[in-house]
Amino acid sequence: MSTTVNSSNERAQDGADQGPLWEVFIQSKPGLAFKHAGSVHAYDKEMAIENARDVYTRRNEGTNLWLVPSNEIVAVSASENASFFEPASDKIYRHPTFYNLPEGVKQM
Amino acid sequence: MKETLLDEATLLAEFEAKIDAEIKIEPRDWMPDAYRKHLIRQISQHAHSEVIGMQPEGNWITRAPSLRSKKILLAKIQDEGGHGLYLYSAAETLGVSRDQYIQWLHEGKAKYASVFNYPTLNWADIGAIGWLVDGAAITNQVSLQRTSYGPYSRAMVRICKEESFHQRQGYEIMWKMMEGTKDQQRMAQDAINRWWWPALMMFGPHDSDSAHTGNAMKWKIKRETNDRLREKFINKTVPQAELIGLKVPDANLKVSGTDSFGEPTYDHSDINWEEFWQVVNGNGPCNEQRLEHHVKAHQDGKWVRECAKAFQNNNDSINR
Repeated sequence: MSTTVNSSNERAQDGADQGPLWEVFIQSKPGLAFKHAGSVHAYDKEMAIENARDVYTRRNEGTNLWLVPSNEIVAVSASENASFFEPASDKIYRHPTFYNLPEGVKQM
Repeated sequence: MKETLLDEATLLAEFEAKIDAEIKIEPRDWMPDAYRKHLIRQISQHAHSEVIGMQPEGNWITRAPSLRSKKILLAKIQDEGGHGLYLYSAAETLGVSRDQYIQWLHEGKAKYASVFNYPTLNWADIGAIGWLVDGAAITNQVSLQRTSYGPYSRAMVRICKEESFHQRQGYEIMWKMMEGTKDQQRMAQDAINRWWWPALMMFGPHDSDSAHTGNAMKWKIKRETNDRLREKFINKTVPQAELIGLKVPDANLKVSGTDSFGEPTYDHSDINWEEFWQVVNGNGPCNEQRLEHHVKAHQDGKWVRECAKAFQNNNDSINR
């Protein structure tokens, strides 16, 4: 198995009767990151974005939406999670707290 | 492929260690079959309940007593549809398609909350449903926000944010009627008389008789038992009834003590379990009607789905 797999392998989303599955990301305020909220079924982009609006933003939860076809999302395979991220774990010098500072430095 | 190197026992131990450490299980993580099956059953039943629950309330949209109450009821019912969709979305992460879930509902293989098999006879019933039925649902859902399955937990958080409006609108209807004419007061009392027990039944059988409680508690799918949640609901709701002058239809109801916050706790009669099982097994007043309506609405929408699909295929071939 390659390190990354297409997430559609593990989700039922042939969409036989309801249209393909789309993942919904909401930006709650301008300037903030888009956050995953759930999914909707829709037959095209326009329907996807309208369905997402009706299902996920009935109370002004968002100022913008991203809709992504679920089968286009690439994710790390669950079984290889640990080894995939392993290279980051032994490089503590990437964090500011690794460094000693002479006494007297107030802010850095 | 790494997975094949790990045997089932190791995977199960890792899974249970995560559960013990309160780490959420995500769709792509390994999980025991029984855990997946329990979630498939529970989340889809929950989703179906939201959608079927639109019917008894929908019955009163055209007859709401004011434009204000009609707008509110429409918004509430739209929320219920939305909640169904959040939950189907969570259920689909378990590897079962939405079409399959709906088919199981239509074939009677999946259940929904029995409380929706009771009829809504008058406007006071809309008040009683919002206050008692949504109130019971919220008690359960607040607890489920801490469920161990990530997508289910996230759907619950979203739903709980929206539900408290539902309960307040129901309680406001009851309160207004109790402030009104003698006839209105009688209607409100009649509504609580009919909805109190079905609302208590929503929490399910006693823990000792519940086929699903054991593993569900062990794997933290459920965080509190049926009986514990039912007690919480009773303790919360009885004072609300008394405040507006409604009598809870239970001759044996009496204060038994106080909880850690100094609020009263209650002794009460047992549920009529024969009625409970009758309704669960399909013999409630509206079981047939509810399912038939859902099947019909689904079939009536078939041509729309076919058109959308034809449009999609056509569009794909143009874009290719």
